[in-house]
Amino acid sequence: MLRHVMAFLALVLLTAAPMGVAAQDAGAPAQIDRSATGGAQTLDDILRRQDGLKVDDDFRRNSLERAAERAEAAGTPPGGLGPRGAASDADLWRALRYDEADVQSSTLNPNGRVLIQDGGMWWLEFREGPLAHYGGLLLLVTIAVLAVFYLLRGRVRIEGGKAGTTVLRFQWIERFAHWMLAGSFILLGLTGLFTLFGRMYLIPILGHEANSVLLTASKFIHNNVSWAFMLALVMVFFMWVWHNIPNRTDLTWFAQAGGIIGKNHPPAKKFNAGQKIIFWSVILLGASISVSGLSLLFTFDMPLFAHSFQFLNDLGAPGWVGMDPLPVDLAPQEEMQFAQLWHSIVAFGLMAVIIGHIYIGTVGMEGAYDAMGSGEVDENWAHQHHSIWYDELKARGETPKGKSATPAE
Amino acid sequence: MKAMLSGFAAIIIIGVAAWYGLHQIGLTSAEVYSSPAVRLD
Repeated sequence: MLRHVMAFLALVLLTAAPMGVAAQDAGAPAQIDRSATGGAQTLDDILRRQDGLKVDDDFRRNSLERAAERAEAAGTPPGGLGPRGAASDADLWRALRYDEADVQSSTLNPNGRVLIQDGGMWWLEFREGPLAHYGGLLLLVTIAVLAVFYLLRGRVRIEGGKAGTTVLRFQWIERFAHWMLAGSFILLGLTGLFTLFGRMYLIPILGHEANSVLLTASKFIHNNVSWAFMLALVMVFFMWVWHNIPNRTDLTWFAQAGGIIGKNHPPAKKFNAGQKIIFWSVILLGASISVSGLSLLFTFDMPLFAHSFQFLNDLGAPGWVGMDPLPVDLAPQEEMQFAQLWHSIVAFGLMAVIIGHIYIGTVGMEGAYDAMGSGEVDENWAHQHHSIWYDELKARGETPKGKSATPAE
Repeated sequence: MKAMLSGFAAIIIIGVAAWYGLHQIGLTSAEVYSSPAVRLD
């Protein structure tokens, strides 16, 4: 009874809180009157920027254009008449700031002429804004939903209690590969989250020095542990892909919602349909994260997005959703920026999936952890959750204690 | 339990091996971004 009350309260808080937060929106930047300075920066602009509020920099970005229009109208030479006559340092730096200057350099690489990559500002703001906020929200909501589910459903118990005898479910090598994958994933996920959220949330708590030490260590761990993750991913794929090919039992399993609601025990082979979803999520999302991670690690040497965007443009894909064709002329910095966004977004998705996986394998289901902990699972558990696999084991003559004369397959 | 600990040990060993191996083949940040005119030690 108390569980249900708590679940209800949690649901109310989860839905009411976002509505309350939305009500106190910061609002669009106020219109600033720049007539006093003749269209240039005012004190209000400076104060807004110091407060970290959004400043509409149109007055700076388009000042060269307006100056050119004024010059044309007045019949004077273009480029404005700054203190140095027809050329002004301020105009030059403004053009460099917005990557509109006509720069010549001795390097043949066109990127050598990009002094300030204005095109990266949207990336910076996206990373600090929507990426961090929605990514973090995804993880917190996942945890909250699982908490509510646990309060309502409780732990999935073994009906009739444990049999007391076990069968071997996972051999040493399977458990080894799983834990190598899992341990490296935890390290990579945590260090990745520190790297994204350090400036926003860790500096206020830990201070600059401690945060710097933490993030330097995080980068070192993240870059070096990634190899173990990729190796374990390959091992897990080859070990279990045969058991994760979808088949008809999966339809039955889905039809009964895996038995998670009510007391059904839909039949399943070694892996049920829910586990197959986890497997394919890990393989596909993990591979995607690995490739974008390698692109980031070998900086500028593995550009992925120019080709991908060209491929999508050739398909006409942007047109399907009413977008303009994607840019294919990407500077190396832009490639890295896209790679970082892809890496983070896919990683948030995989982290949310894995949080669910950790839940069901530990708290959520009695007897589940043993499969990866010792490798041996209770017979009643095996019969209730993987009946087809259990029957096949018995047919092969693998005795209840889990020790058979011949090695497991 | 032993499989888990072995897995975690493998992570550390592979991490250290990767760091050392990449150093040996010259793939450190300092090495990659240095050039005849730039030395980043």
